[in-house]
Amino acid sequence: MAHHHESIIREPLMTGKDMTYARITNEILLPVENKPNKAWWIGFVVSALGALLWVVSISLTFWYGLGEWGLNKTVGWAWDITGFVWWVGIGHAGTLISAVLLIFGQNWRNSINRSAEAMTIFAVICAATYIVAHMGRPWLAYFTLPLPNQYGSLWVNWNSALMMDVFAISTYFSVSLLFWYTGLLPDIASIRDRAKGLRRRIYSILSFGWTGSLKTWQRFETVSLILAGISTPLVLSVHTIVSFDFATSLEPGWHTTIFPPYFVAGAIFSGFAMVQTLLLVTRKVLGLENYITMFHIESMNKIIMLTGSIVGVAYITEFFIAWYSQVEYEQYAFINRATGPYWWAYWSMMSCNVISPQLFWSSKLRRSIPFSWALSIVVNIGMWFERFVIIVTSLHRDYIPSSWAMFYPTWVDVGVFIGSIGVFFTLFLLFIRVLPSVAIAEVKLLLKTASEQAKMKQIKEGHLEPAEVQYYKESLTKYDSVDMADYEKV
Amino acid sequence: MKTHNNFDERFEFTGTAKTISLVGIVLGVIGIAFGFISGGDHIQRVYSNLLLMGYFFVCVCLAGIFFSAYNYVAQAGWSASLIRIPQAFAKVLPIASIILILIITAGLLHTHTVTENGKTETVPYLYAHWAAHGITTPGSENFDAIIYGKKGFLNIPFFYGVLIVFLGVYSFLGIKMAKFSEAEDTEGGMANYDKIFKYACIFLVIFGFTFPIFAFGVIMSLEAHWFSTMFGWYNLAAMHVSGLAVIALVIIYLQKRGYFTWLNENHLHDLGKLIFGFSIFWCYVWFAQFFLTWYANMPEESVYFYKRWEPEYKWWFWLNIVLNFLAPLLLLMSRDAKRLSNRVMWTCIVLIAGHWLDYYLMIMPGTVGEHRGFFIEEVFTFAGFAGLFFYLVMGKIAKAPSLVPKKHPFLQESLHHHR
Repeated sequence: MAHHHESIIREPLMTGKDMTYARITNEILLPVENKPNKAWWIGFVVSALGALLWVVSISLTFWYGLGEWGLNKTVGWAWDITGFVWWVGIGHAGTLISAVLLIFGQNWRNSINRSAEAMTIFAVICAATYIVAHMGRPWLAYFTLPLPNQYGSLWVNWNSALMMDVFAISTYFSVSLLFWYTGLLPDIASIRDRAKGLRRRIYSILSFGWTGSLKTWQRFETVSLILAGISTPLVLSVHTIVSFDFATSLEPGWHTTIFPPYFVAGAIFSGFAMVQTLLLVTRKVLGLENYITMFHIESMNKIIMLTGSIVGVAYITEFFIAWYSQVEYEQYAFINRATGPYWWAYWSMMSCNVISPQLFWSSKLRRSIPFSWALSIVVNIGMWFERFVIIVTSLHRDYIPSSWAMFYPTWVDVGVFIGSIGVFFTLFLLFIRVLPSVAIAEVKLLLKTASEQAKMKQIKEGHLEPAEVQYYKESLTKYDSVDMADYEKV
Repeated sequence: MKTHNNFDERFEFTGTAKTISLVGIVLGVIGIAFGFISGGDHIQRVYSNLLLMGYFFVCVCLAGIFFSAYNYVAQAGWSASLIRIPQAFAKVLPIASIILILIITAGLLHTHTVTENGKTETVPYLYAHWAAHGITTPGSENFDAIIYGKKGFLNIPFFYGVLIVFLGVYSFLGIKMAKFSEAEDTEGGMANYDKIFKYACIFLVIFGFTFPIFAFGVIMSLEAHWFSTMFGWYNLAAMHVSGLAVIALVIIYLQKRGYFTWLNENHLHDLGKLIFGFSIFWCYVWFAQFFLTWYANMPEESVYFYKRWEPEYKWWFWLNIVLNFLAPLLLLMSRDAKRLSNRVMWTCIVLIAGHWLDYYLMIMPGTVGEHRGFFIEEVFTFAGFAGLFFYLVMGKIAKAPSLVPKKHPFLQESLHHHR
């Protein structure tokens, strides 16, 4: 907790000299209030081309039907549901950062929550497109809702996990959106107050008449906590239901009971990896090194290492219990994963998700920005393979060997997936142009307590344990945004 | 708030408290003796209860190490001034481990004859489903092909290996962390803090990977045909909630006796949040295991719940959810509730009873089966272990050089903690 008894050994959450509230606002609003630079345009054009690919692929799917995909009678689910779960999983980090870390009083979340929440919204949008896409007849999407109808006994099947998914994900999306937008209100008001003309009108409407009075702030704090309380079970519920999709409906009888919490851990794992992928670039391009510091990068890497290890325990447990069960079918399902025709997918999953995050035990690698970025991509590849392994490898060899088959994606399958990445980045790039990518109001809370400058003042005042001060100074050497020369004299 | 605390204060473990814990131990001995003298099904009940309490005892001590380890690794500030309590649990783990191993040894050596499906066999009181003579010997009339397939894991030497190595390593790391913390009091500086941090990481990695295996071996193998991947994490959740509840109770007790005056409703609030949250988590894993087993409807898996839905257990089966989920959910929901020491105390008592029942439901249907009971053996064995735990933990707290880690770098944060 940020208060004046905060231990000096806690690493600063904001660096930089002569930081003021005004400077924070100016620096964070720089990309919002100015014309985009070249890097942004390059990124945007590439992403938009990806989004175009998505439009083409999805249009073909809608026009001609699911026959455009490489599905067959045995493998009736493949890249589509893989992509869906991949995106839903990625969407988990936002809620974890905004809700769970808020409840645990982890104020380092203040600098990364905004982008993580935005990423969540965009990832869930991408996931939702898959739900609609693989309905085959998307114009009948309303069939998933328990609406009174005139078709006799036609009613949604509550026993199907896919049905529960519709509710889990729409709830998750609504609450995440609400959380994100509520957090944005004071920041939108800041933009409003500095804008002129039509721009001011637009931001004025978007700010819901934020006044910045004490009462407003009080309500803001209360609503944040309430939303955090509501969101925390959602972090668990969404991927629990998603795990039910596979635990209940892939092969009759096949399941492992560990699925729900292991899927949740995997989702957080992939979500943090995607936050890392986005923020390491955003930090550099938008010059946010003082706000998204080495401490944040390292902390996220530690969470990636932790959740990767949890997923690893689950993989090993599944294998062990498959052997221990002495059930032939259970054993075959796992032997086929590791040594069957899809062995390469299995071992890609294992090495990307379990082995590679262990490299983060090395503090040198954990603090290397290029390495962290590369590993975040590796983790996302691994998590894609995890879903592919669970789905396609389980399906392609079912109980009857005569129906065994392989799955080969068509270019439309690939197009929908690559295209969805394009849609995601297009949305994210638009977001950083129109809204602040760091929660201005929330990082300002750190200035007087947890910033490098506040800590420097504390050191100069004295009264601290010399050993602890020394420890603190040593921890600063890893920061790329701290000038150690400032600490020679103090 | 008091501004000056006497950190040199020591806890004295004497008088009524000591007498009560000794009375508890005597009751336990009486309960066990009663069961053995009564004979018949009572002997099985004694062994099952001993295993239950031995495992519960080990789990609560382990939770002490787990709690201090993750608090150090997460650099938690609030808990620094109460860390001596879970550290005392850690110091008791070696004794708890030896007791558990002795119980298991006695249960494996002591055999009796049972008649099942018209066949009479001689089986040990504990782990009868895999440790019975000849069960993995091809050609024997007791031969069981499925258990034979599992013998790489379910065999006596490996089983003891798991018990001794795992519990030994957990105890070693737990005691080391407590010792470094005590050394920090006199030496100051950051060296001990760094060492605890490192040991806590090592502990968490080892513990995370091995605890499920420990639970599979000690508890799940009682019904050796049955399997569930979730079982390890389910036990982890149960262990964590039980440990948190006991930590909170010990704090409340010591405060009522006039110690740990620096702890206040803010610390209780944080503990309450953990208890509340992890009770929900426990219910989540409980439900996930139940739901997926029910949904798949595979005979080899659903048999586990069928047994627990027999009339002897059904009532207890649902009571488990009431005590371990509904009770903490409703009792600790509001902010104010978590800050009232009596409310937290009563919730913790319900939870300890609840997790006893949770272990009861894991152990009894596969051992005593329809001959279940709830009286002398159950209540007195619980009293015995509770007395022993209290006696040992209070002894360790009394022996600790100080009740607070005086030079802990986050001590000031903990002393001025507010929510």
